[in-house]
Formats: sequence, structure tokens, C-alpha cells
Amino acid sequence: MSYSDKVIDHYNNPRNVGSMDKSSSEVGTGLVGAPECGDVMKLQIKVNPQTNVIEDAKFKTFGCGSAIASSSLATEWVKGKTIDEALAIKNTEIVKELALPPVKIHCSVLAEDAIRAAIGDWKKKQGAATPETVGAKA
Amino acid sequence: MATEVTTLVEETFASKSNSGVKLPIYMDNHATTPVDPRVLKEMVPYFTDLFGNAASRNHSFGWAGEEGVETARERIAKLIGATPKEIVLTSGATESDNLAIKGVAEMYREKGNHIITAVTEHKAVLDTCKRLEKYGYRVTYLPVQKDGLVDLDDLKRAMDDKTILVTIMAANNEIGVLQPIAEIGKLCHEKGVIFHTDATQAVGKVPMDVNKQNLDLVSISAHKMYGPKGVGALYVRRKNPRVQLSPIIDGGGHERGMRSGTLNVPGIVGLGKACAICHEEMPQESVRLAGLRDRLKNKIMSGLDEVYINGSMEHRLPQNLNISFAYVEGESLLMGINDVAVSSGSACTSATLEPSYVLKALGTGDDLAHSSIRFGIGRFNTEAEVDYVAERVTETVQRLRELSPLYEMAKEGIDLKSVKWAAE
Repeated sequence: MSYSDKVIDHYNNPRNVGSMDKSSSEVGTGLVGAPECGDVMKLQIKVNPQTNVIEDAKFKTFGCGSAIASSSLATEWVKGKTIDEALAIKNTEIVKELALPPVKIHCSVLAEDAIRAAIGDWKKKQGAATPETVGAKA
Repeated sequence: MATEVTTLVEETFASKSNSGVKLPIYMDNHATTPVDPRVLKEMVPYFTDLFGNAASRNHSFGWAGEEGVETARERIAKLIGATPKEIVLTSGATESDNLAIKGVAEMYREKGNHIITAVTEHKAVLDTCKRLEKYGYRVTYLPVQKDGLVDLDDLKRAMDDKTILVTIMAANNEIGVLQPIAEIGKLCHEKGVIFHTDATQAVGKVPMDVNKQNLDLVSISAHKMYGPKGVGALYVRRKNPRVQLSPIIDGGGHERGMRSGTLNVPGIVGLGKACAICHEEMPQESVRLAGLRDRLKNKIMSGLDEVYINGSMEHRLPQNLNISFAYVEGESLLMGINDVAVSSGSACTSATLEPSYVLKALGTGDDLAHSSIRFGIGRFNTEAEVDYVAERVTETVQRLRELSPLYEMAKEGIDLKSVKWAAE
């Protein structure tokens, strides 16, 4: 199977790799997937509490090239968006942007889950209602 | 012809690395091997001048074809200590496995209906056994120990008075582990049970002798030992005991009725030459390849922590290395070393989306199965290539670990097994 140029680009030059302080009240952390399944994504967002705008995003991913590319793209897309705008990102848009084949659609689903989990974690810290808590806790 | 194809491959893929090795590097020799130029040279006349049907008995074209086939048969037999009449030519090891297992099952149906195999066998054996279960046969799938070897006591316990066949591979295609086939054969002969071994990965790589190792049926493939694809053989013992098979392909009665169909003369000639070269060069070649394999292993293991060898190092093909790189997913590693052809036990690289059943059978966790890479070193690999591969693997694993949340968590001292993962 060959990869699309965009997947290869994200794999070779992943955007926003890294970690933020997960104990910070401004940071939301999403950890989704499982090592046994071959995919684990950690996606973190830093949100401005006044504007609800995601000012920074970081990721680390254990998974195939498509999983790395999906989470790298997700960090690019959430940056600068409000949390409501970020929650509107659909996995199908990731599939389209990266030209993922059918067997790799689960990578995009996991990236969407990671965004929702990170936002859910941040909302919980703000004491708000938590409609989505798809995260794993150590 | 060969030159044109080589040129096409070179134009499509080839480039030079900084260290001077020609890229891409092929190190997936358990999947297939290139045809040795000496093999190709002997095959070529049989496509053109010597095109006769080996079954044509009335003219020189047929005789020439038959002579080519009989020379090949002698060479194949010699490599495994058999006689030429015991060699049945087939389209490859999958057909040989099918013929051996289904052929015995049908022929000895009145004697019994029980077959014993192991969970780490190739699908050509496992799926054949599964089909026989649908027809009323009983199959025992032996587990393997942590090092990949079957336990002879398990085998003993599994045998009963209805057992007609034991089929255990000589060398595993993923982890290169060598089963104790001589001991298994001895046990089978004591109990009057026929022993088949799928020796696809072993023939031509390690010494084999059908009498010393007590083998009754041996599957052989040409393209794993620098011969052409689409040709193989089945050794069928003729005495002590004489093994009989029901054919699975009916027709003109070729190969003493055991395998009808016009013989693939050029392919068979190629298989014969491949066997002759292996017979001649195995002593030196196996030492050289074991040296390269150990060099690769040592370089990788000195550059990286938390890498795990899958399967026994002691009972193993000299060509094989199978390693799991913790916290790194196999397919992403393959993507990072895209100028090196190897394969992975990761689910992402398989059609079924399941990680390697062989590694799972060893007790390797799914996480480490996802992280495994199989290196198959071959006749045409060089020390410079091994060094390049070791370097590329090391730097790619390091880069991917920096990207891996699991590596980060492990470094923070979190026990990954204690984490409640969301996707489970």
C-alpha cells in the first residue's frame, strides 16, 4: 500500500510534537486508543479561558503513519479555533484531507476522539458540564 | 531480458546512500529471494530451444525436456538425502503442503482421522487442516513454548490410536525457529504415524536429511532458495515406511499419478540448479549469513534499549532476525526505513488487521507484536548493507520514540499495563 503525499509529509515533518503540563488548568489532555490495538494518541490543547480559543496544541502518537498524520493534522486544525469550532471537526474531513484508504479510517476516528477527549478534560477542569469524556486516565 | 528488468527496477527505485550502498536494500528473503543468475542461466534454454514436453516420449524435444527434469530431480533429492524417485514436482510449497496433508488424510482414512500440527504453522498447513476438520477429521493444534518450539511431551500426549499424520514445520517463516524435527520424526515412527514437515524456509539453508531426521513427507519451494516462483516439490518416502498419497489434482497421471499436469520444465530445471548451489555452498554461506545476522542484531541492540528478540536464538535459521521495538508501531517504522525492504508483524501491515498469530503464540503481547520487524538476510546482502540497515533502524526508532506517548509515559515511570485504556 502506498501513502498519500500529505501523509508522508506529516510523517516526515510532524507538526506540534510535544507535551504540555497536564496539571495546568488551561491545558486539556486527551489520551485515546490502546497499545494492544496498535494506536495510542495523546493530544493536548491550551485554551484561553476568556475567549475559549485554543491557543496551542501538541501531540504524541504511537501508531502507523496514517495515525501520526491524522493527529498531526488535528493539532494544526484545532489551533486558533474556539472549542466549539474544534468540536465540529469531523473524522471524514481528516480522511478527505489526507486521502486515507478505507483500512485507515479508524486513524481519523481516533484523532477526532482525541480532540473531544482533550476538550472534555479541559471543560472538566473549568468545572463545566462534560458531555464528552473519551479519555483514558493513568 | 533479465538486464532490461533490472534496469527498470533501478530506474524506478534506485539511488545511492551516503555510505555508498545501492538503494533500496532487499532484506525480506523469507518472503522471496531473487533468482540466482546461475539458476537463470540454466533455465533460459528450456524456454526456447529445449521447449519440449517432458512427457513426449517419441522425439528428441521431449527427451531433452525429460533429461532436464531428471537432472533436477537428482539434485533436489541429493540436497535432502533422498532418492530421485521420491521427489514429486509441484507448483510450490503451498501445493506440496496440500498434497501431503490431504493426500494422507484421504489415503489413510480407514486407519484413523486424527492429525496433529502446531499453532505457529504457515497458513498453507493450518487452513488445509481446518478444511479437513469440516470433513470430519480431528485436528490437534499444539501450542509452542516461549521460544517458539513445540514441547515433545505435548506431542506425545496428543497422539492416540487414530493419529495418522503429524505435520510440523522445519523452520518458521516469521521467527526462523527450527523445530526438533528429527526427534518428532523418531517419535512418529515409533508410533507408526506419518510425519510431514513444511521445510519451505529450511531446505537449502540448514542441513536436511530425510533418513537421519526420520522425515516421510517434506515440502520444498524454489523461490525461497534463489530459484524461480511457481515451482516446488514434495518428498514422498518410498520405504521404511512406504508412504502413499491420494492425489489432489487428477489428469494425465504425471509424477506417478500423484500430481497430474504438464511439468514446468524451465522452473524445475531452475529448482534443481538452486538446490545444487545450496548443496555446494551451504557450509560457507550459512556461516557468512549468521555473521551478518549477528552483526545486525548487535548493532541494533547496542544502539537501543528495550528491544526484544522474538523466538529462540539457539534453534534458529542463520538468516533470520525478528525483533520487537517497544513503544514504536511496526508499520510506522517500516515507513521510516522506506529504502529498506523488511516486513512487520504489525496488524497494520496484514490483510486481517490482526497482529502476527505466530508472535501471539509465543506469548508476546499484542503491543510488542505490533512493534515487530522481521529481517531476512540473503545471499546477495553485504556487510555494508547490514550496517546501513542497522543505522537507519536505530535512528528511526529513536525518532519515533520521541513521538511516542507510550515511551514518554514509560520514562515517567508509569506502568503501561496498569493504565485503563479507553479503546479496549
